[in-house]
Amino acid sequence: MRRTLLDKVWDAHAVRELPNGQTQLFIGLHLIHEVTSPQAFAMLRDLELPVRYPGRTYAAIDHIVPTDDQARPFVDSLAEEMTRSLTASCREHGIEFYDLTSGEQGIVHVIGPEKGLTQPGMTIACGDSHTSTHGAFGAIAFGIGTSQIRDVLASQCLAMSKPELRQIKVTGALQPGVYAKDVVLAIIHALGVKGGVGYAYEYAGPVIEAMTMEERLTVCNMSIEGGARFGYINPDATTIEYLRDRHFAPAEGFDAASDYWRQTASHPDCGYDDIVELAGESIEPMVTWGINPGQAVPVSGRLPVPGEHPDEAASYQEALDYMGFEAGQSINGTPVDIAFVGSCTNGRISDLRIASQVARGNKVAKGVKALIVPGSMSVRRQAEAEGLHEIFQEAGFEWRQPGCSMCLAMNPDKLQGREVCASSSNRNFKGRQGSPTGRTLLMSPAMVAAAAIAGAVVDVRTTMSAARS
Amino acid sequence: MNDAIVEKISGVAVPLRGDNIDTDRIIPARYLRCVTFDGLGEHAFEDDRKQDPGHPFNQERFDGASILIVGRNFGCGSSREHAPQSLHKRGIKGVIGQSFAEIFFGNCNAMGIPCMTVDADTCETLFAAAGADPPPLFEIDVSAGTISFGDRSVQGGMPSGPRKSFLTGTWNATAVLLEAADHTDEVASKLPYITGF
Repeated sequence: MRRTLLDKVWDAHAVRELPNGQTQLFIGLHLIHEVTSPQAFAMLRDLELPVRYPGRTYAAIDHIVPTDDQARPFVDSLAEEMTRSLTASCREHGIEFYDLTSGEQGIVHVIGPEKGLTQPGMTIACGDSHTSTHGAFGAIAFGIGTSQIRDVLASQCLAMSKPELRQIKVTGALQPGVYAKDVVLAIIHALGVKGGVGYAYEYAGPVIEAMTMEERLTVCNMSIEGGARFGYINPDATTIEYLRDRHFAPAEGFDAASDYWRQTASHPDCGYDDIVELAGESIEPMVTWGINPGQAVPVSGRLPVPGEHPDEAASYQEALDYMGFEAGQSINGTPVDIAFVGSCTNGRISDLRIASQVARGNKVAKGVKALIVPGSMSVRRQAEAEGLHEIFQEAGFEWRQPGCSMCLAMNPDKLQGREVCASSSNRNFKGRQGSPTGRTLLMSPAMVAAAAIAGAVVDVRTTMSAARS
Repeated sequence: MNDAIVEKISGVAVPLRGDNIDTDRIIPARYLRCVTFDGLGEHAFEDDRKQDPGHPFNQERFDGASILIVGRNFGCGSSREHAPQSLHKRGIKGVIGQSFAEIFFGNCNAMGIPCMTVDADTCETLFAAAGADPPPLFEIDVSAGTISFGDRSVQGGMPSGPRKSFLTGTWNATAVLLEAADHTDEVASKLPYITGF
């Protein structure tokens, strides 16, 4: 049978068909963090149930950690309480916890891959919608809510319905200055924020195949922003080489593991419920202008005129009103107050390298506050070993400790009032970055760094070619 | 009688127009700084309500509503169960909409809150009916798959899996999943990344 990766991984983890017709699916890797798990542990206590597979759950702390002063107890007493709660639950149940003293702390979706916990052919769940990130390795990885965290802790299983599968093929090659973030923003723009509801996405084609693992993580990370609960990329030589020598990757059995991982890939002649193609050459640096990640334009483009899009007119008008933008205006030149490089979308070492190339020898524009927040302690150490922190600091960027930070502003890193933020994160929802009236423009790390220096949205391709000449 | 069976939900319905209303709007992230779901109800839609005095959740006539009517892709974004929990703590026991984001839909299932879908025209009819003053009583019938209000009744949609879970009182999946504990161990024992390559 010509099965897809989804078929193969689903079948290998299916425990049984439940009485309601859903599948009881075994979860191979369960990741937890401080925000969505405390209530699940409380539910477990009420049910007097143990954690059934404590060795298959790993804990991270990322959403509420301050990125400036991390001394304990945290200034925010609620953040401190959440941290203590997770620490106590991990201790009670024997769960490995990458806390602030571990030297390995970071965003859960950054440390899973970098430690080699994330592997092809796994089912992975976490109480976090960006769990789709891990699909980059050819895993079926998706976000769950707290009641479902309880289910995984208690049984290592979930009641799930198998989605349809859409292949998204990105053909050709990317232009210089165009990155994985632009590719995924272009996909979401093309298919819409609800286009993926009911689907899993398989990203394929020459552009995806040419990507590094870190770029693939960026693409899969935002599957959920397109409505798809998970997205994946078939494992190949790039995947296998990334995993070699990672802490949790098999050492002795690596060759056998590699064979298994390759075999989980979709059969070349398998069928899909839908196939969509996008030409890599046509993708430009993308910038969001509205209040969901589908409301994006190429940096050279203009904002839509609601009247010309009857089906989206109300949503577009609501977004324009909130953002204070005019229909038909260009996005290029829009002034920004804050620049943020970080998050589970774009907080990895390659993202910091790219941002540093743009920052090198330049200065952050007067009046702009610019933050660089590494995705993990390991990313931060690597960046410092390469001297990236010095490039950033000389240019006027703040060099912070790892965490989710201003992606969702559960820690002290927040927008004020109606500030506009050029952000490498994943969501531009109303109020997302901590101010109920704050405004977010999503873009690639290169574009964020360029915006920080210009004080406004600019086409990073122009900046880069000016620097070369 | 299994008291977890969810068959009918009746009461006032609050109409909340708009597409792609995300979970950050339902419950802003600053209220996720907690270790219990207690007290979330008062913060549901807090920022939207402050910015729009006419927001349906600010209107007294919808106080005590047990049904929420929404547009397309409701609950998109974060997986935070705090979102449906905050609605539930305000008394919402059922949701009707054109479409739902999957994680939100799954969270509602796991909490015993049926989400029923309707087409765009029907949704408009429901918005209009729910907005009458005084608002009429609505009823969601999970078994019949219908939504009734006044002397009218319309058909709604719900996937068969969740529907059966509500009608058999098995939406809280923990016990059901634990029934197959032995079989779970067997599946795990065949996974090379668990047993060693």
